[in-house]
Amino acid sequence: MAEIFVLAEHREGELREITFEMLGAAKYLGKDMGATVTAVLLGHDVDTYAEKLGSYADTVLVVDDPKLDYFNAEIYQKVLSKLISDKNPVVTLIGHTAFGMDLAPALAVELGLPLATDCIGLEVDGGKLFVTRQIYSGKVNAKVSLKGDQYMVTIRSAAFPVEEGTLSGEIVKEAVAIEDVPYRKFIGYEEAPAGEVDITQADYIIGIGRAIGDPENIPMVEELAEALGGVLACSRPVVDKNWLPKDRQVGSSGKIVKPKLYLALGISGAFQHVAGMKDSGLIVAINKDPKAPIFNVADYGIVNDLFKIVPVLKEKITELKG
Amino acid sequence: MEIVVCVKRVPDTSEADVVITGKDIKKDDLAFEINEWDNYAVEEAVQIKEKLGGNITVISVGDEEAKEVIRRGLAMGGDTGIRIDHPALAGSDSMAIAKTLAAAIKDIDYDLVLTGAQAGDLGAGIVPVALAEMLGVPHATLAVGLDIEDGKAKVKRELEGGLMEVLEMDLPAVVGVQTGINEPRYVSIMGIRKASKKEIKLLDISDLGLLPKDVGEEGSLTVIEELSVPPVTKVAEILEGDPAEAASKLAEIMKEKGVL
Ligand SMILES: Cc1cc2nc3c(=O)[nH]c(=O)nc-3n(C[C@H](O)[C@H](O)[C@H](O)COP(=O)(O)OP(=O)(O)OC[C@H]3O[C@@H](n4cnc5c(N)ncnc54)[C@H](O)[C@@H]3O)c2cc1C
Ligand SMILES: Nc1ncnc2c1ncn2[C@@H]1O[C@H](COP(=O)(O)O)[C@@H](O)[C@H]1O
Repeated sequence: MAEIFVLAEHREGELREITFEMLGAAKYLGKDMGATVTAVLLGHDVDTYAEKLGSYADTVLVVDDPKLDYFNAEIYQKVLSKLISDKNPVVTLIGHTAFGMDLAPALAVELGLPLATDCIGLEVDGGKLFVTRQIYSGKVNAKVSLKGDQYMVTIRSAAFPVEEGTLSGEIVKEAVAIEDVPYRKFIGYEEAPAGEVDITQADYIIGIGRAIGDPENIPMVEELAEALGGVLACSRPVVDKNWLPKDRQVGSSGKIVKPKLYLALGISGAFQHVAGMKDSGLIVAINKDPKAPIFNVADYGIVNDLFKIVPVLKEKITELKG
Repeated sequence: MEIVVCVKRVPDTSEADVVITGKDIKKDDLAFEINEWDNYAVEEAVQIKEKLGGNITVISVGDEEAKEVIRRGLAMGGDTGIRIDHPALAGSDSMAIAKTLAAAIKDIDYDLVLTGAQAGDLGAGIVPVALAEMLGVPHATLAVGLDIEDGKAKVKRELEGGLMEVLEMDLPAVVGVQTGINEPRYVSIMGIRKASKKEIKLLDISDLGLLPKDVGEEGSLTVIEELSVPPVTKVAEILEGDPAEAASKLAEIMKEKGVL
């Protein structure tokens, strides 16, 4: 029977959420394709992971080796290309994460497989695989076909729900001889330095985006934050430009926040940002583009220039707080 | 140091009203710019050259207008430009672009190839890692730190949640650059005009030993079939009125919801 491979992702002692999201997606894809789901687990001393994955997959294929303790794209590629060549899975799913982005394209080139990245939808039509991916800053969905009969797809985080695991998949250990990769060495992990404000603890957050335009405009929004009794946070470009420190960044490569109020000012609502604030209590967006994706996340919105709204909003809030 | 930087010209759709026509969007009214990630890649190349000396080639696969982003790269400190163009390239996916770039770069005696981690228009994030595999050299993408020492590249890769992975690779290598790795210098119109004296070599795919069937839709393993507007599951309630009215309404709602 045909097989779907799902590459389990883990880091610092934990299986990552994307793994279970992909296993959920694979379950439905498997039904449509008449394929079983195999979780592929590479690592060292990973028996507990294997057991957990067994509830979500028909088979758990484990390669356990000290060389796989840390993610090294080059070593992982060698092991995976061997497994895929041997077992010929019809589809291989990998997370569109920092891990998957560093691995999937090289693996696809080596194996000559079609690769579609950052996918949010999977569909089988006439036995062929079609994926959905977002392009042009999330304003357009593209349906993409993949040629041939064996595919590789990377999956966007949080695009598929996690379902309860009810299976009891068989755990199969596979011995793969792993060569050393002297040309790329893992040195270590490094945490971003902690700052003076912990935005994850704040009840009221004003998130500012690229539209703030100039660091000189920051005091104005700071005043609004003060009036609210909240803190300033931001999207990635604000940090990239050094207008605010890294510990203020909300999103997949920043912090995840769940304040009572998240007020997004001049933020477009890229999924990497939304990943960090979508579970906030009340979400309000101010953006001059009525089609900005942030309005599909917000509860309330104002379509206007943030520089016109912020001063009056501050006044109204001060008045009402009285 | 012989450095190659790959740059793509992309439309800015962040504030635009995007209109779908067939398998692409209407682009006549859109402003184009250098892909944001590539701007950081060019700056990184220039900073490395300033420290270690060397030469920078700025390369783009694109039509006549792609000259604009190559010239921008030359104005920032690049030395020579290469533009690859051919009608058959239309419809190429990122793998086919990587194939095209690899065919051009393999003839350069490079130490380092820099690309953006992804192109903001189609967001594939494929080229740096695919290109390295095609060239047979090590790679790392999502670099937020890069140090070249003793023939090795020390790279800080950004993972999720603010965590970074530090690794070391032998050169030559390909590095995909994430935004924020540096502060790209400002380029004036004057600077770009001055850079127009620098050479931009034009290559055809036949110069690279490629056939029309190797690129474009035929040479790509993925094909865009259909575009649509993303379905919305939730829409914010828009507070209408002039700024004062809208702001009052918002403040009232905040009070009502107990967040004031
Ligand atoms: C691997 C990876 C990780 C990432 N991680 C993160 C992350 O953790 N957090 C994050 O935020 N991003 C992250 N990003 C970047 C993300 O993809 C977007 O590029 C980013 O979120 C865009 O920020 P923005 O909304 O501020 O800017 P833009 O997308 O440029 O949007 C600016 C918005 O402001 C509006 N605007 C302009 N002027 C005004 C005005 N005067 N008044 C009102 N509105 C105005 C525009 O209409 C537009 O919608 C990541 C990207 C990658 C590839
Ligand atoms: N047409 C192109 N010409 C030159 N470089 C490109 C082109 N397309 C993509 N790239 C490079 O590859 C990176 C990643 O693109 P992608 O894989 O398409 O998301 C970009 O940031 C560029 O550096």
